[in-house]
Amino acid sequence: MKDIKSILRDRILVLDGAMGTMIQRYELEEEDFRKGWFENHEQPLKGNNDLLSLTRPDIIKEIHAAYFSAGADIAETNTFSGTTVAQADYNLEHAVYDINFQSAKIAREVADEFTKNEPEKPRFVAGSVGPTNRTASISPDVNDPGFRGITFNQLVTAYKQQVSALMDGGVDLLLVETVFDTLNAKAALFAIDDCFEEKEKKIPIMVSGTITDQSGRTLTGQTTDAFLISVSHMDLLTVGLNCALGASMMRPYLQVLNKNSKFGVSAHPNAGLPNEFGEYEETAELMAEQIKDYLDEGLVNIIGGCCGTTPDHIHAIAELAKKYSPREIEENV
Amino acid sequence: MSKEKNLRLSGLEPLIVTSESNFINIGERTNVTGSRKFLRLIKDDNFDEALSVAREQVEGGAQIIDVNMDEGMIDGIEAMVKFLNLIAAEPDIARVPVMIDSSKWEIIEAGLQCVQGKGVVNSISLKEGEESFIHYAKKVKRYGAAIIVMAFDENGQADNYERRIEICKRSYDILIQKVHFPCEDIIFDPNIFPVATGMEEHNNNAVDFFNATKWIRHNLPGAHVSGGVSNVSFSFRGNNVVREAMHSAFLYHAIKNGMDMGIVNPSMLEIYDNIEENLLERVEDVLLNRRDDATERLLEIAESLKGEKGKQRVVDLTWREKNVNERLSYSLVKGITDYIIKDTEECRLTFERPIEVIEGPLMDGMNVVGDLFGSGKMFLPQVVKSARVMKKAVAYLLPFIEEEKGGKQSFSGKVLMATVKGDVHDIGKNIVGVVLSCNNYDIIDLGVMVPFEKIIEEAVKQKVDVIGLSGLITPSLDEMVTVAKEMQKANLAIPLLIGGATTSRVHTAVKIDEHFNIDQTVHVLDASRSVTVVEQLLGKKKEGFISSIKEEYEKVRVHHQKNRAKKQMISIDDARSNAMKLDWSTQEVFKPKELGVKEISVTTEQLLDYIDWTPFFRTWELHGKYPQILSDDIVGQEATSVFKDAQEMLKRIANENWITQKGVIGLFRANSVNDDIEIYGENDELLYVQRTLRQQIKKAAKADNLALSDFIAPKSTGVEDYIGGFVVTSGLAIEGKLADFEADHDDYNSIMLKALADRLAEAFAEFLHEKVRKDYWGYAGVEDLDNSALIKEQYKGIRPAPGYPACPDHTEKIGLFELLNATERTGVELTENLAMYPTASVSGWYFANPNAKYFGVGKIQMDQVEDLAQRRNWEVDEVKKALSSIII
Repeated sequence: MKDIKSILRDRILVLDGAMGTMIQRYELEEEDFRKGWFENHEQPLKGNNDLLSLTRPDIIKEIHAAYFSAGADIAETNTFSGTTVAQADYNLEHAVYDINFQSAKIAREVADEFTKNEPEKPRFVAGSVGPTNRTASISPDVNDPGFRGITFNQLVTAYKQQVSALMDGGVDLLLVETVFDTLNAKAALFAIDDCFEEKEKKIPIMVSGTITDQSGRTLTGQTTDAFLISVSHMDLLTVGLNCALGASMMRPYLQVLNKNSKFGVSAHPNAGLPNEFGEYEETAELMAEQIKDYLDEGLVNIIGGCCGTTPDHIHAIAELAKKYSPREIEENV
Repeated sequence: MSKEKNLRLSGLEPLIVTSESNFINIGERTNVTGSRKFLRLIKDDNFDEALSVAREQVEGGAQIIDVNMDEGMIDGIEAMVKFLNLIAAEPDIARVPVMIDSSKWEIIEAGLQCVQGKGVVNSISLKEGEESFIHYAKKVKRYGAAIIVMAFDENGQADNYERRIEICKRSYDILIQKVHFPCEDIIFDPNIFPVATGMEEHNNNAVDFFNATKWIRHNLPGAHVSGGVSNVSFSFRGNNVVREAMHSAFLYHAIKNGMDMGIVNPSMLEIYDNIEENLLERVEDVLLNRRDDATERLLEIAESLKGEKGKQRVVDLTWREKNVNERLSYSLVKGITDYIIKDTEECRLTFERPIEVIEGPLMDGMNVVGDLFGSGKMFLPQVVKSARVMKKAVAYLLPFIEEEKGGKQSFSGKVLMATVKGDVHDIGKNIVGVVLSCNNYDIIDLGVMVPFEKIIEEAVKQKVDVIGLSGLITPSLDEMVTVAKEMQKANLAIPLLIGGATTSRVHTAVKIDEHFNIDQTVHVLDASRSVTVVEQLLGKKKEGFISSIKEEYEKVRVHHQKNRAKKQMISIDDARSNAMKLDWSTQEVFKPKELGVKEISVTTEQLLDYIDWTPFFRTWELHGKYPQILSDDIVGQEATSVFKDAQEMLKRIANENWITQKGVIGLFRANSVNDDIEIYGENDELLYVQRTLRQQIKKAAKADNLALSDFIAPKSTGVEDYIGGFVVTSGLAIEGKLADFEADHDDYNSIMLKALADRLAEAFAEFLHEKVRKDYWGYAGVEDLDNSALIKEQYKGIRPAPGYPACPDHTEKIGLFELLNATERTGVELTENLAMYPTASVSGWYFANPNAKYFGVGKIQMDQVEDLAQRRNWEVDEVKKALSSIII
């Protein structure tokens, strides 16, 4: 199988779409989040989607398969909140290894099946590494701006566990995504580097930041350029943006990455902005129309979808991406 | 698209050092070893002022700030972490990269763990040998920082040209070859040593530095050169005029040789061209080691220049000339605390009451912040800073406000905050907490995933004045509705604030407001607005505020309903193409045992087991499910009592034949044609065409737009299918009994009888449907369902009634009655308004297909109305009138 780095020079790769949006369609109940694993857990678990990789792997596999069928080259594991930091809210720190290992494993199984049937279009699994719900750069305490709810070291420990389990489960690459606090992402990268050294194995890394609003900054105040610089010390496969914005609103910031990134550039925007009821309404066609601008400008190497996107969206995007060549990447990377 | 290998650093904003860049100033005042003032501030734990030192430097032009906490009396790690964390909350400082300066690795590492941008480590060297040099360099790389390498090795500091280039070359090679450190991230500090010290071996110090700099820039690709400039003038401490001239002249030559950054005090820097000629010549003689007596000659004039003051930095203070309200606003927007007390006091004197300063100019200022944030012109850390300025002003006003209240220390109000159940996102909520508490509100923060029980319990226990709910994910919206409903139930009459990324004014107005009318629910757009909203809800203006919110939300609702409804509808053509399409080649179709119309009569006793009692209690305004309702804590006793009376009356109804039950059913051959169901007689003649209505609401993927006709085989399939109809009544002959009760003014028994008649009619329909399934039609021969299963509609097939959700069109009753000749056979008549009389009657259609299910047609659009008018050959207006309640 050709490695992803060389494929990336030949064509635009398609990342999958939203996991949460798809899970919502199943209208699951509390028991679905417990089945066979957490039957007697003292806290409600509904909404802790990462657990479904353990309790309803059938559903998660079905979603991966739906995205692969729609034309995705890369599926993200269902591990966005798979750290002890994020799981602490549910008292499920002990489940972190299983969540990541099994999530990686089932995504791997689905990917391999697709690759077997379509060897000319190998499918990849990206271990999703989310931002956690703590910020290393902002104080949660009203009166003490110097206070921190989490330290860099705590994050490194948590991320290392996650990344190690994802690699054990067989992911092809890692995706540090929805970075709203770059210090959190730096902790993740630190942990990844550490993990690589311990396992004596390296796999490609994608980093994807989140520009939260029209100020063009991350939640913690960095500009796109500053964000890019802050994560460029690692040898990355791609740097990109995801979440918070729809495709057209994200474009100016992708242009910044396109101009200055020595790595590949990725984007997985939302299906527009949510309406008043938190629903994403942008259709596949509408979204694809905006993505076409990216492709016309040659902005991206990897393209996919975040909140509100579905296999329909990914299908429309994949069909479009086929017709374009990828953004050029410097030879020395 | 090849990119020049530039040094790229970042704070909140990028700093890129290219070959065209001007010299990069590194601020040196936040260094305890270099600034006595800063040292004192850190020792005294006066971090506020220490921050202003940093801010002054950035405002004064520093592009990187050097932070050093190396002092024996200070816990270096703690001070470094605290200071860097505080800087992170100051966007006007944090916009530049940080240089973490320490001779102790532990302090450097602690510092690296605090900066989100790409900073610089100052410094590492070969002092302790190659192994630890590599170890530290690797770590720095992993943390993502650039690095300053001192010209220092196992044998000591490089003090001449050869040693400088030897150590720098060796360090460079190790970094590149063994650590794979990016060359552009390497910055050498080839040691700036003092000159004019009186010792001959120091005379060439500056020249050696210049030459080493030049060599490095030519021979070590990508590497940069930096240094601590003030060192060079060490012997002239106390003489700022000479020092400034020396710094400027030194930099002038160093930059020419390739030094591209340096630690300088920008306010201690004379402009090179402004240096007095004689002084410059003597300074350069020293720096360039041009004459043996250079030191003496500089000392000669130094004495005479000593008294003169150094250059003063000028801060732009023109905004101070504006009026006090504008100044307050400026301070809030810019996050400047320096003048806030002074201006607040000035403002206070112009108002009658101190609270008016908060309600007036300060709130106005915060609204400007809100507007700027909303339009993307400010970003979050700046807003938080503004809130802190606000806090200072409020804190200053508090004693005055309390004095007015009789000296009592008090908060302006108590606000309970919680992220709702199922959601763990609390960043936004915390920010609102910061902003509100800065405005003297007492915050009770319940954290994340808080169930409504806890919210209500705490709100009551802590006697809070406002509840604020937060959430980020979509399901949290529903949870917020739940909290509102429960608050209403618990009669918790305090304002409810809604906030968070997916929340909206529309959602609050449409979904939450309607469930909570004992106080007001308000959507709060962002943290900066929270203060104004709470202020108004708790202040004297509450009523006015609430009525304006109510008015606004009503408008939002009306507008929303119109838009939304339209947006969510699809055309009747599209709805038809999304009909339920059954594969009729595989469907089981049962032929009824006997086709045609049949009269049915039953006794009351036969119906007793089929009564659904729950609606009976509802008639008496007793809410709860039968049979649990009989033992309910609140209504149990009363429910038991009416139930007992009902049983007694039922016995009399049965024994004394108070009621005559009559029914009719008909079973016919039928086929669908689009949305119509054609009903045929014995000889295939068309008896009646039922015009069904189709759902036009936009459906989620995989869901169908249903019409009843979908459950009947289309004519085009050639499959012979069937439909049934029925009318039953249990209301005949009760008129006399009712009249008796009424004559006695016995309302209780009159209502009881009507209620029981209704129940019996429904039971009759249930009984008859079972008979049809098992016997007359016979498609469910083995079905064995008890009454509760019947109530839950677990049987196969349906019996939708005209006028009810699946066929909301009452006019269909006319056809049904004609088809069955129902009035003649049962005595049930249709009134002018198409209601059945006696009222204790039920009519409907039978569908036997196992896929048939109950559904609501919901709203329909005019295109279906027009289509229906055409199918029926009616005037559009007639149809419109008949269906007015469901047309959009």
